[in-house]
Amino acid sequence: MIELSEAEIEGIKHEMSLYEDPGAATIEALKIVQEHRGWVSDEAMAAAAQVVGVTPTQMEAVATFYNLIFRQPVGRHVIMLCDSISCYLTGYEEVRDHLKSTLGIDFGQTTADGRFTLLPICCLGDCDMGPSMRVGEVYHNRLTPERVDEILAEYK
Amino acid sequence: MEETKVLTQRIRPDRSAVWIDDYMDLGGYEALKTTLADYGPAEVGPLIKEAGLRGRGGAGFPTGVKWSFMPRFEDRPDERPAHVYLVVNADEMEPGTFKDRLIMEGDPHQLIEGMIIAAYAIGADTAYVFLRGEYTECRRRLQQAIDEAHAKGFLGENILDSGFSLNLHLHMSAGRYICGEESALLSALEGRRAVPRHKPPFPAASGLFGQPTTVNNVETICNVPHIVKNGADWYKSLGLNKDGGTKLFGASGHVAKPGLAEFPLGVKLGDVLEHFGGIRHGRKLKGLLPGGGSTPFLTPEHLDTPMDYDGVGAAGSRLGTATMVVFDDQTPIVGVLKNLEHFYAQESCGWCTPCRDGLPWVEKMLINLEAGKGQPGDLELLDLHVKLLGPGKTFCAHAPGAMGPLEAGLKYYRDELAALIPDDASNLSRTEAANANPL
Repeated sequence: MIELSEAEIEGIKHEMSLYEDPGAATIEALKIVQEHRGWVSDEAMAAAAQVVGVTPTQMEAVATFYNLIFRQPVGRHVIMLCDSISCYLTGYEEVRDHLKSTLGIDFGQTTADGRFTLLPICCLGDCDMGPSMRVGEVYHNRLTPERVDEILAEYK
Repeated sequence: MEETKVLTQRIRPDRSAVWIDDYMDLGGYEALKTTLADYGPAEVGPLIKEAGLRGRGGAGFPTGVKWSFMPRFEDRPDERPAHVYLVVNADEMEPGTFKDRLIMEGDPHQLIEGMIIAAYAIGADTAYVFLRGEYTECRRRLQQAIDEAHAKGFLGENILDSGFSLNLHLHMSAGRYICGEESALLSALEGRRAVPRHKPPFPAASGLFGQPTTVNNVETICNVPHIVKNGADWYKSLGLNKDGGTKLFGASGHVAKPGLAEFPLGVKLGDVLEHFGGIRHGRKLKGLLPGGGSTPFLTPEHLDTPMDYDGVGAAGSRLGTATMVVFDDQTPIVGVLKNLEHFYAQESCGWCTPCRDGLPWVEKMLINLEAGKGQPGDLELLDLHVKLLGPGKTFCAHAPGAMGPLEAGLKYYRDELAALIPDDASNLSRTEAANANPL
């Protein structure tokens, strides 16, 4: 079994201190591991479960439920394209098709050079500026195929 | 139409955050000081009840009444549980809804001040903001604001020497729409899958970790300091009809100037649309979802509808979050429905069968209809799903929420949907199946 870093363990323990039941920190523990490693492997998940004091199975039940926990390796930049109604009405399909063909991948896949992973996401809460996507933690909105090309060029 | 700015009065045009010094210069935390100095804990709830504040997360339940369900321990401190909780629902994942992000990012202390007063009112010692995972900028600003409030003595032990103490933590979700459902949110906050719980017991009796808990929406809580500061009568007088106060209204989709604005409850739908510039490109309104993806469509015939809980209800829909999604007369309704039902199918937590299996079926039928592969009887089968996934047939309100726009879509745009079905009278098997429905 792999060992988590001190920073990971400290982060998880801090989260555990915020709840009446330390087991409540499972979700944040997964996110902390993901922040440090990019994704959550079986081994990292088991190590995190041990810190929190839950079984790996309990941890996995949570890890497979939530949208923002990655159980497979992802690229350097994760693109989350909003597929909800306001973006749909303002040009989502054109942007989606352009992203897929430019990157040469479908949703859930990573480019061969490991640069981008493309994921669908429901409503980003950016409805007045759709179509919208997040690359990493940055929102990009009022997307058009041309705008998408400019944005992708910013991410090496 | 002029806005009535209460919750948005401090929001800057560039949406940069109002930090604590500016917030206090603009009258912030005065309501908290008043509360702790002049009110007993049990006296705040009745004030909120008197003001007529109703939950802004969509359901519209009277906030003061909800608070009154919390057990009181002032006279029996020995029976007080280890913790009493206030949880603020900042999950905001309903498609088309983007209102809470504005007030959390632009004026984070307004939420924190409201939470401290609310926690005092219900006797809570610990409060959580349950924030959706995608809102990372919001997280940074809220965390900074929480730290500032701590440094000024508005959070932590013995706040302003009142004897009242409150710990306030920010919890980041990891994404799932169902987390916005009150009891599923509590499951998520306990570190488990966000599956809804049976009610009763209601959270006030057994909520987070089995302790008394109140869950309120962000916008609801942001109203609290204003009510304390200006009084119940002032608040009631803001609304144009029965409901007190103002409401954040949003518009997205095919309006000329999408965005957010604050109006008194009861404002006419047509006036709100006009504020957002009407329909873009000189086109005509075909329909709109008045308050997010789960609210049944309204159509051009509803432009005089007063936008308050009863008014929108009487028009056959719900006020919901009042962030409307608008579409023009060139929009095929089948695409709108397909998009909405895709969202609901994907976001079902899978806990109960009608929702888990029924929603993907609905989505598949709409995909086929759009592709010209519909079959005679499809609309009747969709009608059947509206019944079988409707209120009372599933564990929580997720599937009924999904059926709201579908039912209204089948009602208002039936001819358009029927025209998508190839004329094939020989294939009646699905119609027969629908007609033979044993339920």
